[in-house]
Amino acid sequence: MHNSKLKGMVGMVSKPDALIKAAETVRDAGYKKWDCHTPYPVHGLDDAMGLKESFLPFIVLGVGLLGGVGALLVQTYMNVWDYPVIIGGKDMFSWPAFVPIIFELFVLSAGFTIFGCLFAFGGFGKWAHPLHDADLMKRVTCDEFAVVLDAKDEMFNEENAKGLLERAGCFDVQPLHEKNECTESSAGGDE
Amino acid sequence: MSESTKTTPDNAGTEVMTNRNIDEAVFRPLETKPSMLWYIALSFSLALTSLFGWAAYQTVFVGIGTWGNNNPVGWGWGITNFVFWVGIGHAGTLISAILYLLRQRWRTAICRFAEAMTIVAVINALQFPLFHTGRPWLAAYWLLPLPNQNNIWINFRSPLAWDVFAVSTYFLVSLMFWYAGLVPDFASIRDRAKNGWRKLIYGLLSLGWNGSNRGWRHYEKGYLLFAGLATPLVLSVHSVVSFDFAVSVIPGWHTTIFPPYFVAGAIFSGFAMVSTIMIIVRKVCHLEHMITKDHLDLMNKVVVATSLMVGYAYSIELFIAWYSGGLYEQFAFLNRISGPYAWAYYCMVTCNVIVPQLLWFKKIRRSVLLMYPVVILVNVGMWFERFVIISSSLHADFLPSSWDYFIPTAVDVCLFLGTFGIFFTFILLFCRLAPSIATTEMKATLPSSQPHHHGGSDA
Repeated sequence: MHNSKLKGMVGMVSKPDALIKAAETVRDAGYKKWDCHTPYPVHGLDDAMGLKESFLPFIVLGVGLLGGVGALLVQTYMNVWDYPVIIGGKDMFSWPAFVPIIFELFVLSAGFTIFGCLFAFGGFGKWAHPLHDADLMKRVTCDEFAVVLDAKDEMFNEENAKGLLERAGCFDVQPLHEKNECTESSAGGDE
Repeated sequence: MSESTKTTPDNAGTEVMTNRNIDEAVFRPLETKPSMLWYIALSFSLALTSLFGWAAYQTVFVGIGTWGNNNPVGWGWGITNFVFWVGIGHAGTLISAILYLLRQRWRTAICRFAEAMTIVAVINALQFPLFHTGRPWLAAYWLLPLPNQNNIWINFRSPLAWDVFAVSTYFLVSLMFWYAGLVPDFASIRDRAKNGWRKLIYGLLSLGWNGSNRGWRHYEKGYLLFAGLATPLVLSVHSVVSFDFAVSVIPGWHTTIFPPYFVAGAIFSGFAMVSTIMIIVRKVCHLEHMITKDHLDLMNKVVVATSLMVGYAYSIELFIAWYSGGLYEQFAFLNRISGPYAWAYYCMVTCNVIVPQLLWFKKIRRSVLLMYPVVILVNVGMWFERFVIISSSLHADFLPSSWDYFIPTAVDVCLFLGTFGIFFTFILLFCRLAPSIATTEMKATLPSSQPHHHGGSDA
């Protein structure tokens, strides 16, 4: 452990009820930069962590509507204004015929927005996250829950963090270091 | 070492299914060497796929004339197969999106697999219109609104253009929905990996997912939104496919019943195909305790319900044709049930309406051996449905001197069989490389998985 950069403090919990209790304890202690890691979404954890509901629907609806309006404009530009063709004796601006593609492009742009938002806010694309270096975290994607206090939080210091997690009912409380410091644990992971 | 330091207080291990043994069972096929049977099946599928390669080569280098399409029957097997495959795909979206919105928890066992089927079924479907253009490498110019040197645009008032947008949107949204669902499962595989390559590949595929609840919060909402979008999308896609027919003026096609009739048929054929493949996969991958007889039972109930809808559509079509008093309409349907394609019509009615009635019996619904022939026949029947709609309406057009009978060529047959090769190859690889059961969702629905005041105590 030479000049190891401390990234945070991890503690494990094995039951969802205990996780809720631990999350409430950390929330009430006033931590801001911390997170719970779970193998599947746990109901009621957002409240216990003091998180607001996801804002995704507003972004998705907004971009979806833009996509729909865009589809109407593109179709009108191409078939009514740039190269007008009479089809079946209909009006030039026969908008009902444009509805299917308006709908499809609404869905398509909304779909891309969801996927993009998951990269921006939903935890996709975090290949280089320091948590991946901790062997402890491997249990999270199987059947255990972790509470992680980030070292960037203003309240964070090693002693307090450890005490808080233990008080919150976590076991295996460990400091989180970057990979090259944890020689012992990283050796076990590879062949 | 992490196992030894684990101090789980009351891990009695009394439950039949725990998070850990879900992982063990689902990931076993990914972490063990495949059996001889798997290699034999893969060689067979690749051999079938090579038929597609040959037929595609013939289509491109010799020409579209190698197909059996003739002057009145311009759509032949190509569009029959397109509609058939798109329909197969619909079950996946129905299971993953609609049953998700309806909170049908049993779907977790079969959704991921059915979604994978959707993806490859739509890929197969897209082959047919692409090759039907004769020059697939130029097809983008005819199908999409791209600027070109003629300064003309595609006709947005045509259902064929709607179809391009509907099917490609469907493909892309299904792909994202499927992949988003797979991400947490890939993370589980990554964290179980013992070997460096495996860790690297699944690490990349998992998009660095670490189960953060700040992530789950958006992920869950995103998943719900995907389901909410996919639901109207799946209904719109087969409706738009049916517009290809219904918006035309061909007797036998120009009917208002087509959109709901096509959607019901799509769900019908899709569920039959899910059962067809799933029955084999659960056996080969030893997943019988997760994909249980209860699941097959429920799927069979959907099959028999949609069979009745399809049967209703067949009879109302005949009734409306008679009731309309339209001479051409009446002829089209009389010709359908007693003309040169009558054999195909009765094949369709037998497979789609009569045989599935066997599924009213609980014994048959719950017996793999007895239900298997039924679902196979449904697949056959639904292919015939599309063939009947296309060929019987087209072969006798408005000018009796041009009437003709459609006979498929070897290229037609190979293209169709070849898409089954692509389908089976993909399914076999999927079963080995990705989890065929959504482990994350399965874990979330286990009895002890949620805190007590949030429904964790029940059952």
